[in-house]
Amino acid sequence: MSIFVDETTKVIYQGLTGSQGSYYGRLNREYGTQVVAGTHPKKAGTDIDGVPIYANVAEAVEATGATASCIFIPAAGVRGAVMEAAAGGVKFIVAVTEGVPAHDEAIFYNQLKRDYPDVQLLGPNCPGIISPGKCNIGITAGHIAKPGGPVGIVSRSGTLTYQALYELKQKDIGVTTCVGIGGDPVPGTSFIDCLEAFEADQETKAIMMIGEIGGSAEEEAAEYIKDHVTKPVSSYIAGVTAPPGKKMGHAGAIVSGGKGTASAKMEALEAAGVRVGNNPTEAGELMAEIVATL
Amino acid sequence: MDLFEYQGKQFFAEYGMPTSPGKIAFTVDEAVQAAEELGTPVMVKAQVHTGGRGKAGGVKFAATIEDVTEHASNILGLDIKGHIVGRVWIEKASDIAEEYYASFTLDRSEKKHLGMLSKEGGVEIETVAEENPDAIAKIWVDPVDGLSENQCKAWVEAANLPAEAFDGTVDILLKLYEAYTDGDADLVEINPLILTPEGKVHVLDAKVTLDGNSVFRHENYEQYDETQTRDERETAAHSKGLQYVGLDGSVGVIANGAGLAMSTVDVINQVGGKPANFLDIGGGANADVMAGALEVINNDPNVKAIFINIFGGITRGEEVANGILEAMKRVDIESPIVIRLDGTNADEGRAILKPNLSDKLLMETTMLDAATTAVQLAQ
Repeated sequence: MSIFVDETTKVIYQGLTGSQGSYYGRLNREYGTQVVAGTHPKKAGTDIDGVPIYANVAEAVEATGATASCIFIPAAGVRGAVMEAAAGGVKFIVAVTEGVPAHDEAIFYNQLKRDYPDVQLLGPNCPGIISPGKCNIGITAGHIAKPGGPVGIVSRSGTLTYQALYELKQKDIGVTTCVGIGGDPVPGTSFIDCLEAFEADQETKAIMMIGEIGGSAEEEAAEYIKDHVTKPVSSYIAGVTAPPGKKMGHAGAIVSGGKGTASAKMEALEAAGVRVGNNPTEAGELMAEIVATL
Repeated sequence: MDLFEYQGKQFFAEYGMPTSPGKIAFTVDEAVQAAEELGTPVMVKAQVHTGGRGKAGGVKFAATIEDVTEHASNILGLDIKGHIVGRVWIEKASDIAEEYYASFTLDRSEKKHLGMLSKEGGVEIETVAEENPDAIAKIWVDPVDGLSENQCKAWVEAANLPAEAFDGTVDILLKLYEAYTDGDADLVEINPLILTPEGKVHVLDAKVTLDGNSVFRHENYEQYDETQTRDERETAAHSKGLQYVGLDGSVGVIANGAGLAMSTVDVINQVGGKPANFLDIGGGANADVMAGALEVINNDPNVKAIFINIFGGITRGEEVANGILEAMKRVDIESPIVIRLDGTNADEGRAILKPNLSDKLLMETTMLDAATTAVQLAQ
């Protein structure tokens, strides 16, 4: 099993005609993802490598039965693209785009919750989601992940996710699904959403959670783990030595007013029984130890 | 993007909030001229992107022009927590009956806008939150609906401000919310918001942080980009479009991805070293970006060794290795470089680097080993 997406997931690419969209759309398709359509308001009727382009998401859904979309639209258009996807009928939206204003994110997050409560948004500013061997939506290099299980991964950072996938593969450990929730202040999908789904997924036997400084999502996840997660969890938090008040690359990675420090997050996770590594390699080794005991 | 107090006040004034007349001055002469035009008494206020100005002697009352000369001379050039004062704001002095606090920011946990209002203003809100949390009235505003007048009135009532401050505060808070949302701010804060003896509510200080991601729809925000506090290194990195944060150690860091770059900085600390910077060159690692990054780090006089930490995802190891070698040809690098290359086709990439290794270019396979070597070289 996997969470959120699998080999049956049909995906529309909003922005498939752009340079990023066509590049990653092609890679995702080569991986085996069902890339069934692209959208562009003025290019309906054309195609990209045989993938038909529709004027909007609603028409693409009607023609293909797609249930997911992936957004490769410049930041200014993401708010419109997310709402178009939800109104068009898809249930899972992956917004890869970086640089979306935080106020836009706050608006479409709340608008989705109110008007489309059954729609799940992943991102923005995220690498996407991969259920190895089945479906890869976004910018993750598919071959660095070993299919199967028993580990589920959820992460705020792109490259640290790749690092985790790669290290597990080298230890011959498979992954059910790896979810990159992204580094922005208002992520559509939270750690808790993923923990809940992994807990419910039979094939996932252990969970790896990669966090970073800023906000309190890791602390909230720790509370959730304490009360609701029976599967073993290993974790790593980046930014232990980050100076306060500075955005460390990601818009959401900032320690402000003494809040959002890595040490507070690590303490909260350890108190919830999570095994926390001091660097990505150590977190991978901890997971290997956990897997060996399963 | 952090605004200076005077920029924040001008920003608030555009949304109709009452602020005091004032002028910006870069020299003592300009300060005197401003005070003469405004008429004494005035306040002389250091403009820096940090708090605690008053305690550091950066905010002074000037009853006369002589006072202005004296205070402006002392404040210009003053070091406030590492920020050197380059400009002072000369503002018509206000009479104060009471001081309040008001702000809006995004509550990341609730995913709503959080408004805070307190009748205990003029001190740091963190202190109030700790010592007397009941003195802060909070409101969570749904970003889709916005802040209605009725909600705003109930909020001000909850803060127990005196009756004479009520209408003026409601008016300012509605405008503050508009400035916050319309202006794409991360934070708008008025501390203190004052009640004058005449019963007027008035903005006496302004702290504004704008969302750098919103610049595409605010053309006038370029002016704020120019007044950000950056050291020489950060200015150079910013002009090359690199995600860079200056630190005070001796190991230069280049990594791809924000998470990996943060992690690299952490690991250098863990093995007993001190990183000179955080630098994320993004997903790929082509020669142009790598050369730009090396140039910025090479110009940092504190750097004694450089740690390049790359994980190849879609970008293959060969491309990364060739990019690094090409970049090294373009920049005359003084410090030894330690490379850790992992991920897609890492072996192929390492094979390309191998014939080029020397005492100036070293390679390690793990992050910890590479950090240890770089830290040793920096000592």
